[in-house]
Amino acid sequence: MHYLDHAATTPMLPEAMAAVQAELGRVGNPSSVHAAGRRARRVVEESRETVAASFGARPSEVVFTSGGTEADNLAIKGLYWSRQAADPRRVRIITSSVEHHAVLDPVQWLADHEGAVLDLLPVDERGRVDPEELRRRIAQEPGDVALVSVMWANSEVGTVQPVAECAAVAHEFDVPFHTDAVQAGGQLPVDFVGSGVDALTLSAHKLGGPLGVGALLVGKTVSLTPVLHGGGQEREIRSGTLVAPSIAGFAVASAVVTRDRVARTERLASLRDRLVAGILQQVPDAVYNGDPVSDPACRLPGNAHLSFPGCEGDSLLLLLDAQDIACSTGSACSAGVAQPSHVLLAMGATPQVARSSLRFSFGHDSSDADVDALLAVIVPVVQRARSAAAVAEVRVQ
Amino acid sequence: MRVVAALSGGVDSAVAAARAVDAGHEVVGVHLALSTHPQSFRSGARGCCSLEDSRDARRVADVLDIPFYVWDFAERFRVDVLDDFVAEYAAGRTPNPCVRCNERIKFVAVLERALALDFDAICTGHYARIVPGDEGPELHRAVDHAKDQSYVLAMLAPHQLSRVLFPLGDAVKAEVRAEADRRGLLVADKPDSHDICFIPDGDTRGFLQRHVGERPGVIVDESGAELARHDGAWGVTVGQRHGLGVGTPAVDGAPRYVLSIEPVTRTVTMGPRELLSVTVIECGSATWCGPAMLDGSRRDVQWRAHGESVSASVAVDRAGQLSVTLDQPAEAVAPGQTLVVYDGSRVVGSATVAAARPAELAAP
Repeated sequence: MHYLDHAATTPMLPEAMAAVQAELGRVGNPSSVHAAGRRARRVVEESRETVAASFGARPSEVVFTSGGTEADNLAIKGLYWSRQAADPRRVRIITSSVEHHAVLDPVQWLADHEGAVLDLLPVDERGRVDPEELRRRIAQEPGDVALVSVMWANSEVGTVQPVAECAAVAHEFDVPFHTDAVQAGGQLPVDFVGSGVDALTLSAHKLGGPLGVGALLVGKTVSLTPVLHGGGQEREIRSGTLVAPSIAGFAVASAVVTRDRVARTERLASLRDRLVAGILQQVPDAVYNGDPVSDPACRLPGNAHLSFPGCEGDSLLLLLDAQDIACSTGSACSAGVAQPSHVLLAMGATPQVARSSLRFSFGHDSSDADVDALLAVIVPVVQRARSAAAVAEVRVQ
Repeated sequence: MRVVAALSGGVDSAVAAARAVDAGHEVVGVHLALSTHPQSFRSGARGCCSLEDSRDARRVADVLDIPFYVWDFAERFRVDVLDDFVAEYAAGRTPNPCVRCNERIKFVAVLERALALDFDAICTGHYARIVPGDEGPELHRAVDHAKDQSYVLAMLAPHQLSRVLFPLGDAVKAEVRAEADRRGLLVADKPDSHDICFIPDGDTRGFLQRHVGERPGVIVDESGAELARHDGAWGVTVGQRHGLGVGTPAVDGAPRYVLSIEPVTRTVTMGPRELLSVTVIECGSATWCGPAMLDGSRRDVQWRAHGESVSASVAVDRAGQLSVTLDQPAEAVAPGQTLVVYDGSRVVGSATVAAARPAELAAP
C-alpha cells in the first residue's frame, strides 16, 4: 500500500512502539503512593519533561489528555468558563474560519448553550488569517473578548498561521490565546514559550506516537476551568488516571521528531514538491490549494492539497483506493457523507471545487516509490472520475 | 465482473453481496446515504439511513473483506423521491416511493455512477430473478413469492437488467437469515424493514401534514352531500375506510370508503363498497422489461406491491398507453399506483394508473 494520509494518522515510530510495549507489562497507577505507583509516576514525569523539552515548554505546563480533541475542548471551554467567571461580559470567542472541528464545534456548543458569541476571522485565498484583522476585531470591544484561538497549521491545506503575531495581538488586550498545533507538532519547530501562546494542543498519533494520548500545554499563569472532574490529576485541570504506556510512547515520539526534524522536513518537502509538480504537469488544470511557497514557514512540508476540476473527490478516492493508494478528501464526515470542506469554502472556493479536492500527506516512512505510484495512475484516475461526474451532470440537467 | 454491492445495512443486501463475492466477482460495498439529516444513535429511532444502518453496512463489508464507501445521494433522493412523494399525494394520487427510488436512484443514478467508475454491474438484495431469455435478460418473480419484489423492479429496462445482479432471487427469506448467521454477518437477526424508509414511525399522514401543510376541503357522499370537512386529505388513498373522521353512517348503516380525491378542490368523495369496484384501468405509457407487448394480449396484472395479480386483457394504443380490462371487477385501484403486467412469473412491463372505472361506464 502507498499510504499518503499521514495527516489522518501516521505510523508509530519503532522507538515509540518499544516504549509503549515495555510499559504495558508493568503495574502501577502513577497516583499511587507505593513503589509500583512511584515507578509509574516516574515514567510519566520523565515523559512530561521530554514532551516539555521537545516543544519549548516547562514540565509543569504539560497537561496530558486523551488526544487533540480533548485538549482543544479543554482549552476552549476551560478558558471561556474561567474568563466568564472573572467577568461575565466576556462572551466573544474569536477563532479562524479554517479551524478543525475540534475547535469550531466546542465554540459552537458554547454559543448554543452558554451564551458565547462566535466571531470568525476570515482567511485569504491561501488560508491565512491577518493579524491586523484580529487586532481590529478585538479593538471593536476588547472587554467582551473571552479568548482567541488560531491553529498553528491547517489540517487540510497545510497553511501555517502567523501564530506568534496573533498571540502578541491578543496579549495587547490581555486576552488569552490558544493554538491547535496538532498538525504542526510533528513537522514544524513548535516553541510554546517562544511563540507566546497561552495554551497549545498536541496529539501523539500525528507525530509517530500512540493513538489516544495528547497534551494541552498551559502557561503557568493561565487560569483554566476543568472539563473533566475526578481525581484531580494534572494540576486539577484534567482528572483521569494517567496512562503511563501511552504517555511514554508520546514522549519518545516527541523526542525523535524533534531530533530529526530538520532533515525530515527537508525530505517531506522534496517528496511533496515532486508530487505536486508531477500532478500539475500531467493534469494541467489541477489546482494546488493553500500556500504555493514550499518553505515550512508557509506550508506544512508533508502536505499537498489539490483540486481536480470536473471530478468528485469521493470518486478519486475510490479509484485510488482500488490502486492501493490511500489519501483523503480532507473534509469532515457526517454518517460517512463528505460535506464540502469549510476550509476551502472559507478560502473562497465554490462548493463544487471544494468537493473536487484531495489531500496527500507525507510522513516519516514516505518514499519516492509512493510519489511514483501516484504519478503513474493519476491521469487515468482523473479521466475516469471526470467521466463519472459528467454522467451525473447530464442526468441532473 | 467488477460489482458494486448496495449495502443497506440489512440482512438481504448483506447476503446478496456475500453471494456475489462467492460467485467470484470483484465486489465493492456501497452504502447509499439518502437522508440529508441522518439520524444519530442519540435519536433512538430506527429507520433507513440512520448511522446505525451505515455502521451495520460497514461491518458487513468488513466481514466480507471488501472495500466500503458511502455514496451521497441525499439531494437526488430528496428531489426525485421525497418531493415527488409529497407532490403526488398533493395531486390526489397514491405514489409508491420504493418504485420511484428504484427507477430514479438505485438503478439509474447509482448504476450510472458505478458504470462510469469502471464497474460492470450493481448487486442488490432484492427478491427477484433475472433469467436469460431468447430476446435478452428477463425479469421474473422471486422463488419466494411471499418476499417477491419484482413489482417494485418492473420499471427496469433491458439495458439495466443486463447490468444488475439479484443473488437472492432463488432464495427464501428464512434461508437467507440462516445463511447470514452462518457467514458471521451480524445483521442476521435484524428485523425486516416494512415502512417507507423516510417515514420510520409509519405515520404517513403526519409526514404529509408537515410537508404539505393544511389544505382544507370537504368530504361528500356519492350524491355530493357534505359529510364532513377536513384540514387536508394527507395520505388518503382510494379504498380507504378509516381515519377521516366521518361520524355519520350511511343511511343503510354500511361503511363508507374513499371513492376519489379531487386535487384542485380537495373534495374527497366517499361511498359504499360496491362503488369501489372497477373493471377498466387506464394507464400512462408503459415501460417494457423486454420487447414491447402486443395489443390485446391476455396477461396478469398487479397494482399493489403486496397485492395479488389478476388476469386481464391488456390493450396498448399507438402512444404506448395501456388500457387494462380485468376479468373480474376489483376494488380500490388508485391513480398514481404502478400497474405491473406479468406473463406467468415474467415481468412484461409497467405503467402508472391514471384512472379506473366500472365496465358499464363509458370512457370519459
